[in-house]
Amino acid sequence: MTDTPPPARAARQPSALELDRRAFRQRRSRRSVLVAIASSIAFAAVVWATVINTPQWAVVQQTFFNPEIAVASFPRVWEGFLLNLQVLGLSVVTVGASALLIAVLRTLRGPVFFPVRFIVAAYTDIFRGLPFIIVLFLFGFGLPTLTNTRIPPIVLGTLCVTLTYSAYVAEVIRAGIEAVHPSQRLAARALGLGYVQTLRRVVLPQALRKMTPPLMNDFVSMQKDVGLISILGAVDAVRAAQIVTAQTYNFTPYVVAGILFILLAIPTIRLTDWYTARLREREQMGSIV
Amino acid sequence: MSAVLRAEGIWKAFGEREVLRGVDVTLDRHEVVALIGASGSGKSTLLRCLNLLEPIDDGQIFLDDEDISDPRVDANRVRARLGAVFQSYNLFPHLSVLDNVTLASRIVHRVPRRQAEERALALLERIGLADLAREHPDRLSGGQQQRAAIVRAIATDPEVLLLDEITSALDPELVGEVLELVRQLAADGATILMATHEMAFARDVAHRVVFLDAGTIVEEGPPSVVLASPREPRTREFLARFTA
Repeated sequence: MTDTPPPARAARQPSALELDRRAFRQRRSRRSVLVAIASSIAFAAVVWATVINTPQWAVVQQTFFNPEIAVASFPRVWEGFLLNLQVLGLSVVTVGASALLIAVLRTLRGPVFFPVRFIVAAYTDIFRGLPFIIVLFLFGFGLPTLTNTRIPPIVLGTLCVTLTYSAYVAEVIRAGIEAVHPSQRLAARALGLGYVQTLRRVVLPQALRKMTPPLMNDFVSMQKDVGLISILGAVDAVRAAQIVTAQTYNFTPYVVAGILFILLAIPTIRLTDWYTARLREREQMGSIV
Repeated sequence: MSAVLRAEGIWKAFGEREVLRGVDVTLDRHEVVALIGASGSGKSTLLRCLNLLEPIDDGQIFLDDEDISDPRVDANRVRARLGAVFQSYNLFPHLSVLDNVTLASRIVHRVPRRQAEERALALLERIGLADLAREHPDRLSGGQQQRAAIVRAIATDPEVLLLDEITSALDPELVGEVLELVRQLAADGATILMATHEMAFARDVAHRVVFLDAGTIVEEGPPSVVLASPREPRTREFLARFTA
């Protein structure tokens, strides 16, 4: 107990005027908080009076937010949701790999690669334009018919998601690579780095930063689109909810499934917001305007 | 002579780093003051604080005797009365030169477009950029861009012009045309506070030179004194490095 920390550098005492200003700013921000609270309460009161405190509300509640049906349907919906998660997990891997491949194929230079570039470009054009539901019908139903075999829905679902999302993600990656200023390549090549070294050490790290927000956005979009595999007859969360709804004539199971998808998406959405905010902070000089 | 802009005891820290440590500056009407000092001495920060682009930690700033550092003051209204030109021009790349120049007149000062454009074209004519008025900034040379940026700043008749090392990003052969424009503005009676590394220009045009070092003003006075025979050893040291 003999060690004493070194004395902190004496902080400068702000002038009385500055202290006044700080007090004023604090009062003002406190007032803003109070105004926010008051307006929130007023808003809640209006909602209560015009929506909840009406005779129709009970009917709405019974049809969409019935707690008993929610509890009863949850195990089946959850079981279906696990299938969605499996398809999602598999798709993340397959989309990532094939999108990267497509993006690299598209950036290949040299006349020899023209057919490759052409095919890949056509692929991204077609699958970005084609509605996902048509992909599901064409491949999800067409492929088993063609091969005359039963293919498990998890495989078909993953295939369809991959076909569509690879096209989107490949374009994001390509745009990210091309958004890195050419002077960066020049600087790297001038240092003697090779083409691949330049790509790996200089271009991709910078491209990754530019790509992350749109990539996360595509990921959120993919998270909910895996719900469309119910069309293939797979008993996923959506189909399970549909089954229970058909039995009970009550729409609560859809709400349960919907909530599960939202809960799945929220962490990614928050992460994206946090990441873009951090990028913005780092690229600014710390000014207020 | 009354002070247009007066800053008293300005303190500004970024985190732990104190960039301005009690700076006093006054600027009289029609006065041209050159702010000199090494990189990182706080010149740009001081200009940004005066423009309310950076909140100060202590001190007071007066514009025509109104305390503009008061948090109750509408900062946008204050900035509309000051003109600023930056080191890297900061022209809006999506607008033509003419639209760059008239933007503030039209949007902030509510001048009708025709009137704003007439005035802008007259200004551009004077500096020989009228031919390029419809071009986008990236078609212009650095010197032309910076002159357009100066015209953008003066188009709203600001009471004070703050110039932040406006020739530092230019090729040497383009510096002259920009300084010539500033010289004209000074001759026309503009009130200018400029951070600069152009000592010869400061000697010619400035009425007063202020030497900033490590966030404090070490010496100030007429250029014939500060630049030719400085009193302070730190000023001498700085100037020696410059002319070496």
